[in-house]
This record gives sequence, C-alpha cells and structure tokens, in this order.
Amino acid sequence: MATDDDGIAGAKSGLSLVTNISVVFLVLLWLVPTIGLLVSSFRDRDAISASGWWNAPFATEQNFAVPAEGEFVQTPDGFVLEGNVFGEDGTGEITAFGGRRAEPTAFAPGETGELVRGRTLTMEANGDYRYVDPADEPPRRNPTLYIGTSVPPSFTVSNYDTILTSAGMDVAFINTLTVTIPATIIPILIAAFAAYALAWMDFPFRGTIIAIIVGLLVVPLQLALVPMLSFHNQIGIGQSFYGIWFAHTGFGLPLAIYLLRNYMVGLPRDIIESAKVDGATDFQVFTKIVLPLSFPALASFAIFQFLWTWNDLLVAKVFLPSNSESWVMTVKIADDLLGSRGGDWGILAAAAFVSIAIPILVFFTMQRYLVRGLLAGSVK
Amino acid sequence: MSPLLQGILTVIIGVGGCIGYFWTSNFVLDRFIFPAKGPQAGRNINRANAVRPWLFLLPALAALTLYLVYPVFGSFWRSLFNRAGTDFVGLGNYGLLFADSEFRTALFNNFLWVLFVPAAATFLGLLVAQLTDRLSWGNIAKSLIFMPMAISFVGASLIWKFVYAVDPEIGIINAIRDTIGMAPLDPLQVGFWNNFFLMVILVWIQTGFAMVILSAALRGIPEETIEAAVIDGASPVQIFFKIKIPQIMGTIVVVWTTITILVLKVFDIVYTMTGGNFGTQILPSYMMEYMFRDDGRATAVAFVIMIIVLPVMIWNIAQARKEVR
Repeated sequence: MATDDDGIAGAKSGLSLVTNISVVFLVLLWLVPTIGLLVSSFRDRDAISASGWWNAPFATEQNFAVPAEGEFVQTPDGFVLEGNVFGEDGTGEITAFGGRRAEPTAFAPGETGELVRGRTLTMEANGDYRYVDPADEPPRRNPTLYIGTSVPPSFTVSNYDTILTSAGMDVAFINTLTVTIPATIIPILIAAFAAYALAWMDFPFRGTIIAIIVGLLVVPLQLALVPMLSFHNQIGIGQSFYGIWFAHTGFGLPLAIYLLRNYMVGLPRDIIESAKVDGATDFQVFTKIVLPLSFPALASFAIFQFLWTWNDLLVAKVFLPSNSESWVMTVKIADDLLGSRGGDWGILAAAAFVSIAIPILVFFTMQRYLVRGLLAGSVK
Repeated sequence: MSPLLQGILTVIIGVGGCIGYFWTSNFVLDRFIFPAKGPQAGRNINRANAVRPWLFLLPALAALTLYLVYPVFGSFWRSLFNRAGTDFVGLGNYGLLFADSEFRTALFNNFLWVLFVPAAATFLGLLVAQLTDRLSWGNIAKSLIFMPMAISFVGASLIWKFVYAVDPEIGIINAIRDTIGMAPLDPLQVGFWNNFFLMVILVWIQTGFAMVILSAALRGIPEETIEAAVIDGASPVQIFFKIKIPQIMGTIVVVWTTITILVLKVFDIVYTMTGGNFGTQILPSYMMEYMFRDDGRATAVAFVIMIIVLPVMIWNIAQARKEVR
C-alpha cells in the first residue's frame, strides 16, 4: 500500500511521530474549551472564582476569615483567648495566618505574630491559636483571625440542581423537546413521498423541480421570517408551537428531499421494476420496497433535522411566543441566563451542558448515519 | 394542555394525516377517477400514472412554495414599504441601510467572515483529514474534532465565553497572559480583531464538517495515481499538493461554498457573544435588531443577504441541471 510516508524507508517513523503529535495537539485544542465548560459546571461559585478549571483536580490555596470564639481569660501576660480555628472537633492544616484583613497570610505556622497595640497571635499548623492582648481590660469584641489553608478539590451537582429546579431550565428542556419531535418526524414523511416521485416516476418538469429544490437549499432563512410570521398571524396561529412546527417543516424540506432522492436513485432498478411487473402499484412499491431500503438515508436526515431544530435559536425567537413559558433552551440561555446570571459561571456552564448533552449523545451513537448523510448531501 | 402532550398529539395527527392523504388520494385516483377496468382500462392506467407523481409531490411543493419561494418575493415586496407597511417607499429602506454606518460595518464584517471562516475551516479540515488518514486512532481523533457539529451555536458561544473570560481564574487565554506577565484583556473588545475571535467559534464548529467530507474524498483518490507518483520519486509534500489536491478540488469547492452559505445565516454567535457591540455587527444579527421593530428595514437586510447568496444559488442550480440530464 502506498502512503505518503513510506516513500523513504527511514523517514517513516519520524514522520509518523510528528503526525501523531500534531493530531494529539489538534484534538486537545478542539476538546479543551468543552472540557472547561464541563468541569466548571460541576464546581460551585467559590471554587470557580478561586481557581481556574484547569486547577480543579488539585487542592487550592484559599484564605478564610474565622471569628474567634470563646471568652478572654485574664493571665499575667494580659487577656488571653485560646482555641482552634477549625472548631473543637475540626481538623485541618493551615499554611499561613494573619490578624488583619489586609494581610491574611502574614505569618507562618508556629510563629508569633505581632499585631497592633502590642497584641500577639500564635498559631500552630493544626489550627491551635493563642491570642494575647496586654491591655487592662478585655477587648469588647472577639477578634477575627485570618488563615490560609489548602482546600481539597470539590465537585458538586448543585449547579444542575439549581437550573433544573429553580431557574426554569426544566420548562425550556420540555419546550425544546416539544419543538423538536414533530419538526423532525413530519418533514421526513412529506419528503419521502416527494423524493420517490422525483427518483422513480416519470413526468414533465422533473428536472426543473429538482433544480429548484437544489436552489432552495441555499435560500437564507432570514427572508422567510417577516412574511411567514405575518402569514401565521393572518391564518390565526400567530406565534405558537404550530407556527414553529410548520416553519421547521418548510425549512427542512429541501435538504430532506435532496438527500432522500439522491439515495433512492441509487437503489437497484431491478427490484423496483420486477415488483411493478408483478403488479405492484407505485404506492406499494414505495411503502413496501423503497421506504424500508431507504432507512439509512431517512436516519441521516432525521439526525440532521433533529440537531438543527434542537440547536436553533433564530426560528424559535421569531416563531415562538416571547414569554418565558415558551422559551426553548437556546432562547433561555441567550436571552435570559446570560443577562440575569451573567456572572454566575457555574450556572451558565450547567445550563449549556444540559442543552448540549442530548445532541452530543445522539451524535456519538448515530455518527455513522450523520457522516453518510453529509457525504450524500455534499459530494456529488 | 402541556406543550409536550400537544407535541405528541401533533406527531400522531401529522403522521396520520400525511399517511391518510397519500393513501386516500391514491385510492380515489385508482378506484374512482381513472379505474383500471372497463373499456378504457389501458388509457385510465396511463392517465392515473401521469397524475400520481403530482399527488406524491403536492404536500412538499406546497410547503416549499409557501415557506421558501414566496418569502423571496414577499420579503422583497415588504422591503419596499415603510415601517408600518402602509406607505410605498421604493428603495428607501435600502437607502437608509447604506446611510447607516452600523450597516456598513456589518457588511464589511460579513465580508471578513465570508473570507476567513470557509478558508480556515476548509484548510484545517483538510489538514486533519490528511493527518488522520493512516493513523491507527484516526477515527477517534476525527470523531472528537467532529463533535462540535452537534453543539448549538449558543452552546458553543457559551463554551468560548469561558475561554475568552477576562478573569484569569476563568478564561484560559487570560490565564496564559497572566503567567507570562501580561495584563488581562477582554478579547471581545479588541477592535477589529474581536471579529476574528468570534469567527474562531464558527471555525471550531465547521472544521469537523470539512474534515469528514474531505477525508472521504481523499480516500476516494485512486491508489494508482499515488503509486505512480511515489515511483517517480515525488516527496510526500509534492504528492499532497500536486496529486491529491487537484483530484479533490471539486469537493473542496463544495465544502467551501457550503460553509460560505452557512456563514451568511449564522446570527447566534454574534448575538450571544457581543450583541453586535464593539464593532462586531454582521448582517444576520443586524437584521434581528430591526425584526419586530421595523419590518421594512429587516426585510431589506434579508434581501441584501439573498443577493449575496444568489451567485452560489445559480451555480448550484446549474450543477444540478447538469447532473439530472
């Protein structure tokens, strides 16, 4: 077998090493953004603002303010407060401590830190501290202690919990599903009959119709928005699920007919002709022979249309009502969450992941059909 | 009634209605209008067969005409009227558009998008297709690079919002800048170049598409042509550029034009990332600014997009006509 890299025997391993490394690099480059989103969706707000998602598997240094508890006791040194920053039974390890907000990590464990007005603070690595105030009477309020400690990595599903229970993403998910199912199934049926006619029946203007459908493949959707919305308003369906189902059906048909026709034309002529000789009508040939044989093409288009309707923002914004009960997930994210929770990265990441989880699942399980459809649709 | 229930009911009614239509219309045609019996049986069968294709085509043609053919004319007609749709203003809306500096920015940026995205996606797709061609784990690599195709533009925009975040603890770009001692910056507010940062998102999505198709095309190249070149002592680089590329040129053109058409439709990325601010406006997102506010101008923008697409459309139709003959 001839390959690029076996032209010269010695160059082969070196070249294929370079190839391997470049592909690894490209794949990583492609995956990193998505991994960032996935990791962030499992971290809470504090963890996200404390360290980058790429540090999520590692412990992070974080500073905490701990109000000292207990009562000052009078001793020859002055008033003394002793305790443990992790509480009575708590365990932990501090890496630094301090007595002022401005310098939370001024001293190392074991040191005695000099604070203002002659006060001193000693803290051990296990969190035991001794606060000494040489004044004549005890301080009116207990002091706040500052510690630096390393926090083990923590992951949580609280973001998913929030968006699915309180943020309204559950409604949006159902709405997306509601838009997608009819908008995927109905065009397939309509297109399959049309494709059969264009592939296996003889009639005037057949070539012209095929050419027009190919032309319609590229008509920008934007043209249909204003005229069709006012048409929907005139016939009384207005902005509604019916409107978006009709719209998606119309917009999906050119690709559906084109893909299915290309596939059906390639079916063996003998099968169809012998069925007709045996007295089968066109209707029977279509339902009993062509439709079952065209399953791969039907699946290809179904995946396309599913991904397209699930991921669509434009058609949903125009043809669905703009109230929050009718938001699909893309609209919910783009028009609501990005504005109202713009700074809450964990919530945004979880919302995005809820919206892309099912398409990705479909993608990885049905990839074979998707690739086949792409090839049939583009290479001719 | 819950929307989902309504949806399931619609599927049942829709599918049932479609099957009912096709079956009933066929039945009526064969049994009552042109029955295949009696003295005129032969003529009737021929007549029925002449009508049948149109029965099969009718729902599809009706939907296509209504949702794609009529809007071309409907939009153009609407664009000749004012905001309320009451007064005929001729090409006035188009005049307003070209007088608006934001529209000119959008037009210019769209021009950049059309130049950069198809070129970059096709180039990277070809690169990955070639690199993974003989790799043992090539299919896994391709599958992972292909994956963004399944992600919505909104989802992809959010993913990249993380990458571009100003906070060096969130955005990986600013984290890298931080470690080499540069001040953080917002990539989306860097004049002119922010357009390219947005285009990167679409390139990220479309490279997989280009790769899949070009990979199949590369595999379709006859082995003999490559063998002959190897025997003649051509280097791998020469083989790639002089033997392989010319043979898949047709496919490259198809991929390129397909992505070009897509670029002209995508409004989601700009809408989600910048809302068209900071000089990143493009035509589809500019149109959405006027949608629901001034239909005259919105349709005028849509028609400008149509005019840009027109050459590709004509070329497509010409290709299809050649094939069918």
